[in-house]
Amino acid sequence: MELLPILSSLRRHKLAAGLLMLEIAVACAILCNAVFMIRQRLSEMQVHTGLAESELVWLKTDGVSGADATPVTESNLAALRGIPGVKSAVVVASLPLSNDDMNFNPSMDADGKHRGPNMELMVGSPGYLHALGIKLVEGHDFSADDYAGVDTWLPHSPSMIVTRAVAERLWPGQSALGQAFWIGTKRYQVIGVVDHMVRGELRGNASEYTALFAARPSAELSSLYVLRADPSALDRVLRDAAAKLAALNPQMLINDKGTYPGLRGNYFASDRAMAWLLATVCTALLIVTALGIGGLASFWVAQRRRQIGIRRAIGATRGDILRYFQTENFLIVSGGIGLGMVLAYTINLALMSHYELPRLPLAYFPVGALALWLLGQLAVLGPALRASHVPPVVATRSV
Amino acid sequence: MFGYYLDLAWRSLKRTPILTSLMVLAIGLGIGACITTLTVLHLLSGDPIPGKSAQLFYPQVMPDTRSKTEPEIGFTYTDATNLLREHRADRQAIVVSNNIKVFGPQAGARPMSLSTVATTTDFFPMFDVPFRYGAGWTPTEDGNRARVAVISQELNDKLFGGGNSIGRNIRLDKWDFRIVGVLQHWQPQPRYYDLYGHGAFASGDSVFIPFSTSRDLADLGIEGNALDCWEQLTDQVHLENQPCLWLQYWVELDTPAKVSAYRDYLVSYSEQQKALGRFQFNGKPLTGLHDLMDWLGYLQVVPSDVRLQTWVAFGFLLVCLINTVGLLLAKFLRRSGEIGVRRALGASRRAVFAQMLTEAALVGVAGGMLGLLLALTGLWAVRRSPTDYAALAHLDLRMFLVTFALSIAASLVAGLLPAWRACQIPPALQLKSH
Repeated sequence: MELLPILSSLRRHKLAAGLLMLEIAVACAILCNAVFMIRQRLSEMQVHTGLAESELVWLKTDGVSGADATPVTESNLAALRGIPGVKSAVVVASLPLSNDDMNFNPSMDADGKHRGPNMELMVGSPGYLHALGIKLVEGHDFSADDYAGVDTWLPHSPSMIVTRAVAERLWPGQSALGQAFWIGTKRYQVIGVVDHMVRGELRGNASEYTALFAARPSAELSSLYVLRADPSALDRVLRDAAAKLAALNPQMLINDKGTYPGLRGNYFASDRAMAWLLATVCTALLIVTALGIGGLASFWVAQRRRQIGIRRAIGATRGDILRYFQTENFLIVSGGIGLGMVLAYTINLALMSHYELPRLPLAYFPVGALALWLLGQLAVLGPALRASHVPPVVATRSV
Repeated sequence: MFGYYLDLAWRSLKRTPILTSLMVLAIGLGIGACITTLTVLHLLSGDPIPGKSAQLFYPQVMPDTRSKTEPEIGFTYTDATNLLREHRADRQAIVVSNNIKVFGPQAGARPMSLSTVATTTDFFPMFDVPFRYGAGWTPTEDGNRARVAVISQELNDKLFGGGNSIGRNIRLDKWDFRIVGVLQHWQPQPRYYDLYGHGAFASGDSVFIPFSTSRDLADLGIEGNALDCWEQLTDQVHLENQPCLWLQYWVELDTPAKVSAYRDYLVSYSEQQKALGRFQFNGKPLTGLHDLMDWLGYLQVVPSDVRLQTWVAFGFLLVCLINTVGLLLAKFLRRSGEIGVRRALGASRRAVFAQMLTEAALVGVAGGMLGLLLALTGLWAVRRSPTDYAALAHLDLRMFLVTFALSIAASLVAGLLPAWRACQIPPALQLKSH
């Protein structure tokens, strides 16, 4: 295939070819970044919370105040365990991805000079690790004695369990078991390490900085009920649990309730909406670009009918004509892609500084290029085929 | 002449229906995406209290000892009540809210969980809160920790059937409050006066009670959603002396002179607190005083996703426009012969230019109509989305006009280059070749 005639013909259509190239460049830049953002959102949505998510339901009440908080909450829990299909029932301080959490900075020494990173204070009633499905990877679970009182949320028991992320951050290269830190003047010692447990909200690298403590129900620890149940009966269990709590506690408010998968869905609702929006724009962008390429190609074919006829008359085959338009399109799209890569990179730099987005991986460039080449070829195929069907006799008909 | 151009444009567009619909589709899609995102952006970044927002200010001081480069958003009890007592602004109010348990007058009914604001007497005149019955409480009632309440129109409708309920009681948790005022519907968006720890586009508040009373009845638990303590707290119910930020404080300053005097006051207050050993800083204290709109920007009330969406939409519109430029160029140059004849018959370059732009504008009007339909669909999708501002997403008259303005402007911009090229066509050459 001779490139030179195509190039010299393109030089005569500088403006139109340039516009097409620019359109492809901008489309390429937007596509690369949009697809990158979609993948970012989707990968965030894959986060592993560490819970047996499909088996949990939760009810957020206004809690029980005063001295009878412990017996009232314990009898509520006992009643909830009686609901058919419920495997366990506990009260906890907060749930992963609930947008509601309690955080602290531990002191790494007794006099509080050296502060550790901000982390979540997770507290739960007897058996909560097991009920939530959190997996221990080292050490052991809390003993029955550990579930004691709390003092403005600080558990009396000195035992704590940390996530692997905390263990690796605070005591890298050593076993976390037996290590300690302080909250205020109170000392807590690690008795176990769990695999995963994310915080009330995701916080980048610190999303799994959680320390888990034990306490029996109390005025502080009496509002968020979590039930583990048969996954197929979650909705029914939730309804029954709400009815039971309301019947047992006429003055109790149930502020909110739901299944854990529902809570997780809510947490990522805006990410999902954004991913959908970006995907819609990408699709529309592809369609508009393809129509633009096709529209302009049709126009060129119509404009060059006579030249095509002449070429055919002096011996060019249909395939030659077809390939001519395909190659022309390939050249224009390639130019657009070259410019588009630079633009994509620039936009990515701007997004990195304004929206805390990571750098666009290099792998996006060849994939994006391939996609646009393919799009261009598809869009030009119709007009190019039409061109190849121009009969040689056109050359002899004068206008 | 314009009528003639319109007629010509209409004939020309009809002659190439596919090319025309491609252009209308491109403009329509781009405009639809832009108007959808612009409407959301415009709603979210609007002024919630026009005419007054320039006089409302949020002061900031920094009482905690964590090393920080920005002053704090929340206030300690001590600082908020100190500033309130010293009364240096035209009006001032402490604001904090929570959902609490409210019982209606009917015996035996289950409680409701209602958003309840604890504030001080200036709140109502300062934020131009409209009353249906009665009024806010008095400074004396603030001082006496009186058990009085102002309720929203919606709650009054629900509990008292919309009648005048002044003097009647509602029960908040375990305590009875006498109703002194009922509001007219009041639900500013964003809920600008109480953003600390709350979503910006939450639904309205139902009950307002004196801040002093809420402290007297600390078990009500009105302590906001963003209790931020820089040391271990020792009592979570009585927060008066705890090392925690949890309150918000607003002032009204009516003149620029008062604004600058208040800035100085915040500095001298911080220095005085340093002398008392409460604040710790080196050199100048960190303080802040933002007017309302500034404050909404500072707290990033408009979600960054919404801005990003607007950028994406405009990027898309750009692609659609370049597309339209290309297609218009093809269309105009295809008519070189016709243009040459018109030029030879005496039409000036300007006339040809105007004719071509009229054609582009006509595409813009059609694109605008399609864009409007798409924007309405887009906003319908936004309303069904799970965001907290979903219910707000409606097209107002202004955005309706913006749609057409943007669409025609976009198509004219797209038409400029092709029209210029078209009017460069020399008459003679075209006549010769035919």
